[in-house]
Amino acid sequence: MIRISGLSHRIGKSAILHDISADLPKGKLTALIGPNGAGKSTLLRLIGRLEPLQSGSVTLDGADLSRTPTDQLALRMAVLGQQTAIASRLRLRELVGFGRWPHHKGRPRPRDLEVVNQALAAFSLDDLADRFIDEISGGQAQRAYLAMTVAQETDWLLLDEPLNNLDMAHARSLMARLGELVRVGGKSVVTVIHEVNYAAAWADHVVAMKQGRIVAQGSPYEVLTSETLSMLYDTPVGVGSHRGRPLVLHHV
Amino acid sequence: MRLLPAAMLVLAGLSVASLTIGAASVSILEATRDPWAALVLMESRLPRTLAVILTGAALAVAGVVLQALVRNRFVGPETTGTAESATLGLLAVTILFPASPLWVKMVAASLAAMLGTALFVAVIRRLPMREVMLVPIAGLVLSGVIGAIATFIGWQTDLLQYVNGWLMSGEFSGVLAGRYELLWVAAVAAGLAWFAADRFAILGLGDSVATGLGLSPGAVMRLGLAVVAVVTAMVITTVGLIPFVGLVVPNIVARIMGDNLRASIPVVAVFGAVLLLTCDLIGRLIRFPYEIPVGTILGVVGAVIFLWLLYRRPAHG
Amino acid sequence: MNKRLVLWVLAGVLALAAAIWLLQGLPDGQARAFVLKLRTERLVGLLLVGISTGMATILFQTVAANRVLTPQIMGFDALYMLMQTLLVAAFGIAGFAGLPAGVKFTGEVAVMVLLAAALFGTLLGQGVRDIPRTILTGVILGILFRSLNTFVGRVLDPNEFAVVQQASFASFSKIDAALLPAAGALTLIGAAAAMLMASRLDVLGLGRDPAVSLGLHHRRVVLAALAIVALLVSVSTALIGPVTFFGLIVAGLTHGLTHSACHRVLLPASAMIAAITLILGQTVFERVLGQAAFLSVVIEFAGGLFFLLLLIKGRIR
Repeated sequence: MIRISGLSHRIGKSAILHDISADLPKGKLTALIGPNGAGKSTLLRLIGRLEPLQSGSVTLDGADLSRTPTDQLALRMAVLGQQTAIASRLRLRELVGFGRWPHHKGRPRPRDLEVVNQALAAFSLDDLADRFIDEISGGQAQRAYLAMTVAQETDWLLLDEPLNNLDMAHARSLMARLGELVRVGGKSVVTVIHEVNYAAAWADHVVAMKQGRIVAQGSPYEVLTSETLSMLYDTPVGVGSHRGRPLVLHHV
Repeated sequence: MRLLPAAMLVLAGLSVASLTIGAASVSILEATRDPWAALVLMESRLPRTLAVILTGAALAVAGVVLQALVRNRFVGPETTGTAESATLGLLAVTILFPASPLWVKMVAASLAAMLGTALFVAVIRRLPMREVMLVPIAGLVLSGVIGAIATFIGWQTDLLQYVNGWLMSGEFSGVLAGRYELLWVAAVAAGLAWFAADRFAILGLGDSVATGLGLSPGAVMRLGLAVVAVVTAMVITTVGLIPFVGLVVPNIVARIMGDNLRASIPVVAVFGAVLLLTCDLIGRLIRFPYEIPVGTILGVVGAVIFLWLLYRRPAHG
Repeated sequence: MNKRLVLWVLAGVLALAAAIWLLQGLPDGQARAFVLKLRTERLVGLLLVGISTGMATILFQTVAANRVLTPQIMGFDALYMLMQTLLVAAFGIAGFAGLPAGVKFTGEVAVMVLLAAALFGTLLGQGVRDIPRTILTGVILGILFRSLNTFVGRVLDPNEFAVVQQASFASFSKIDAALLPAAGALTLIGAAAAMLMASRLDVLGLGRDPAVSLGLHHRRVVLAALAIVALLVSVSTALIGPVTFFGLIVAGLTHGLTHSACHRVLLPASAMIAAITLILGQTVFERVLGQAAFLSVVIEFAGGLFFLLLLIKGRIR
């Protein structure tokens, strides 16, 4: 379980997060939702120790984030931030291979290569494995980063808007893959999701944020109600149902 | 990969040429019998050839490390204020503690170079992210400003001659046995960079990725800055400023084989040595028996390669 | 403030500065006439440098549609120096260097105007899309020209290298009086041409597309403006040597003081501001501080920092 207590964060003079406390369940797919500027990404980056904590604390399965060495954390959680274009010219296989680095520290063993190949296959990147990242499309690069994160083989996966740049088919197959990692692989996934319906269809646990505060959390049926979502996005939102899951009707 | 053996073969050929060419007409084949030829070979030709190879290799590696640190392809140790800062450090220690031993001066130069490069990194962190071309411009102007300070101090303290020796176009004509050995320190620093190649490659992917993989971006940054600073400081004090090697060689190698630094750093090193040795040979032959400094040759050759890199079609498929 | 008033105030300040420069601490007796003549010559020199630097920078910034460029950042002065060396190489030292200073100078400027219009016309003619890349190109071209200059100098004459290197530092205090008549005539031609173009330059300042749609012969105006820039930069480089960032300060002050986009105001204002800065600066540094050579260093240093500041503030566009 990830336990967040009393977390506040400021960037310059503007407060991004106000005294956040929450528990993110282990062995579940947790979705962070909310309007732009709600602080979802900041919260994820703080949990993933990509930004230093200013106040409050985060524990990961009982281990205090600020006291655990960063290289040990890399064996327990993998973080995928929002990608900016990178200057490095790496082949996909090399990029995904760096996901194994926390395990082998520069001396890859056969098992590492095997995991890399599995990750490439899982994101259908086999054919592109020897291409350079600056020669492929944004969606393919996004899948390569996801493969790298998965290749890290950690209990926890923290993903910041992983659906960016992915088309409909790849977005759905990514969510299915994450669901499988949770149900079959016993992993825990925390992901920021922009499009509420993906949370509705796949998440086990939903955390809704607005203006730096958590306004609702619980199962999809508890959180994704017409009332909560209308308040969250300041716009009337209807909620229907499809195959036993909530279906958010925000586009009509 | 056949690239490395091929490049090493070229380097070997150039080295033999470098050993046979010089103002003194001696045959190196005679060296075993002719003591004069042996003297020329051991005291002048061999040290010079080694010095060129060490410098080229170390500068190219420093360039690749720097480019990974700042995530920009259009910078090199000579366009980021590193060399000028090292000069400032040398100048300071020469003025304040004229009697200090060589190693103290080298440490001072390296520390100053590191500070100067860190200043550059701090400046470019404040530039708009997407403006790739602003980074080298900022570096060149910063070099100019720091260089102006160094020149002015040198001029006021009658040390301008030294400052010019460090910052004007570098050359190897003064290299003799006993006067180039600091370059081995630069080579060791470059070797260290190879050792930490994965760390630099990961940092090149971004601070978030590096942190996510359990690296401390700050520590890797400091290690990289130290490598770049030591290489630059040793090179400018021994042979002067050598432009463009650290800038164009990593670009060319990355174009061919990408940025997996563990695999590419040896190639970068050999390519750097080949480029510098080629230019040094051109400088020695074009106006034989006079010499044109290799820095001048590289200023022309390197600028042309750089303009090509700037306007080539991007590698995107 | 009224635009016309700004010009009158500037003219007043300029007259005052000139008077101080001429009359302050003038010795009595026989030395008086001699000192006055010497000071008048230098005053004319500083005025010409001021007019040429100020106007060239404003013109160039309008053509490039950018407020942080100077012709010198883009390598104009390096091209001029390279061209000088090449002319000597082509026509032989005896034939060309033997000509009267004014004639030789005018010939050089004519070649320079053609070269610069051809080179920078291609680079800037279509209006600059990727400004940072264009700046970087200019900076690298500058390095290329300087290296080629050194290279040609070395090949021509491996021993007398010092002559070429001498010209790489700016000095406001060593203006060659023999050049003044030709320099004066050329500056007047350039300034008059620029003023005649003023209204078309205003249209050009709107950017390429609006200018074309308003019926401006875009390419012709750009080439004409660049030719004038080349002429003016040649004058200032011949008189004082390369100053990279002085124009930047002048242009910044001009825009700050006039808040105008009208070239009929900008051009004379920039000329007067540059001249005032030079004359007052020279007076203070030479007579008060007793450090005449300080001025160029301080101006370049301040200009470089100003440039970095503009860069960091994201004002490059």
